[in-house]
Amino acid sequence: MLTNPSIGLLFWQLVIFLILLFLLTKFAWKPILSSLRERESSIEGALRMADQAKLEMQELKAGNEKLLAEARMERDRILKEATTVSNQLIEQAKTKATEEGNRMIVQAREAIQNEKNAALAEVKNTAAKLSIDIAERILRRELADQPAQQQLVDSYLKEVKLN
Amino acid sequence: MKRLLIALFCVLSFPVFAQEQTASVHEANKEEEAFNAGELILHHVGDAHEWHFFGEEGEGPHFTLPLPVMAYQPGKGLSVFSSHHLYPEGTVHEGLKLEHETLEAVDGSKVYDLSITKNVASLLLSVVLLIAVFFTVAGGYRKNHGHAPKGVQSFFEPIIIFVRDEVAKKAIGPKYERYLPYLLTIFFFIWFNNLLGLLPGAANLTGNLAVTFLFAFLTLLITTFSSNKYYWSHIFWTPGVPLWLRPIMIPVELIGVISKPFSLMVRLFANVTAGHIIILSFIGLIFIFNDIKIAPLSIAFGLFINVLELLVAILQAYIFTLLTAMYIGGAVEEHHDHDYGIGGDDADAPLHVSGGHAH
Repeated sequence: MLTNPSIGLLFWQLVIFLILLFLLTKFAWKPILSSLRERESSIEGALRMADQAKLEMQELKAGNEKLLAEARMERDRILKEATTVSNQLIEQAKTKATEEGNRMIVQAREAIQNEKNAALAEVKNTAAKLSIDIAERILRRELADQPAQQQLVDSYLKEVKLN
Repeated sequence: MKRLLIALFCVLSFPVFAQEQTASVHEANKEEEAFNAGELILHHVGDAHEWHFFGEEGEGPHFTLPLPVMAYQPGKGLSVFSSHHLYPEGTVHEGLKLEHETLEAVDGSKVYDLSITKNVASLLLSVVLLIAVFFTVAGGYRKNHGHAPKGVQSFFEPIIIFVRDEVAKKAIGPKYERYLPYLLTIFFFIWFNNLLGLLPGAANLTGNLAVTFLFAFLTLLITTFSSNKYYWSHIFWTPGVPLWLRPIMIPVELIGVISKPFSLMVRLFANVTAGHIIILSFIGLIFIFNDIKIAPLSIAFGLFINVLELLVAILQAYIFTLLTAMYIGGAVEEHHDHDYGIGGDDADAPLHVSGGHAH
């Protein structure tokens, strides 16, 4: 009895199981499996998107850092340039000032020399005139020959070199 | 739905006591006659034309559900009547009588018994349950579309995913999707019916050869009709075997084709029926020794086996499904390598994940 499968049960089992298989496949497994697949693919998509976003963030961050570094370098460069330029300017100004000073000193010296020469010449002339006057007054009394006296005085004066 | 499941599991932990009650009623009846444990057990694990819950007719409280008898006789045609006309056994109705639960014609002619027996009724019940459960689950996916699963849906989802990923995908490979509905259906059918079979008074459906034979036969049909040329070339011209041995291998391989589903059939039948027989035997001990003092021991062992049966219920469903998937996988695999011979019974046999590599 136990090991003797009955025709009736076999028949009903076949019919009922095939109906069950059909019903479950159509109304249970198909929707369930497709929902699962859909959900899994959406989860996978979300994960992939998250990964992508992370990557993009990293790229963005790296870009920002690069920009920052570039800006920093630019700043350093500009600062350095400015320093150089200012140093140059200072140097130039210094040089120019020194030159100007020197030039002015030279000019002043020349002017002083000229003035001195002029003054000396005047002093000479005045001295000569004075001398002549003195000598004339002396000689007017003592020497009648005025031109000869003048010649003498001149020759003397020429010998005297005043600086 | 959740409450229903809890109730189901609660009830499952009772059967020993319930059977105890059933049996104690038997005790009252059979005090004079010698107790025949074997007959009682076979009666309980076998099929019947009525659904007997407890008690005996005419002796105190009893409840037996008569089921429709449908008999087709080549000369007379189909006769349909309630099974209570045929009980007690031997009663003749419309020229038919029951002989050890087998319907026979009084005149000895051929009878095709298409009755809704206890097993068929139980089968219908389980089908209703399966449809109710999985339509609810499918409805859950419609209702919670794009959201996390809820309730009964979240209970069955991991199991469905397990069958899909661990059984179908691994054993069949890339073409698994075609066979997934069949695998899921037999998995849940066997599991549910194993559990229903543990209920007190329930039928032993998955422990019936007709049922397991049909599943094995369907598996054989699917395997055969989805097989490719590699499958057949492996059978008729086995690679990797010395040439002179190949003709000898043909009958061996052909036997293998039949023995694989045969093993499926016997394994499920034997495992489920054995569990029932063990529980009934422990209860039967009380009546064999005819001593109430043996009862605590019987109950303890019976309870232990019953809990074990809960595990066996899902384990056998898993093994049946896995092996079915492996046989199908062997038939649809593109190239056969040495681990083709997965007809083995061990679940840890090497599974070919995809296409496989040339040998």
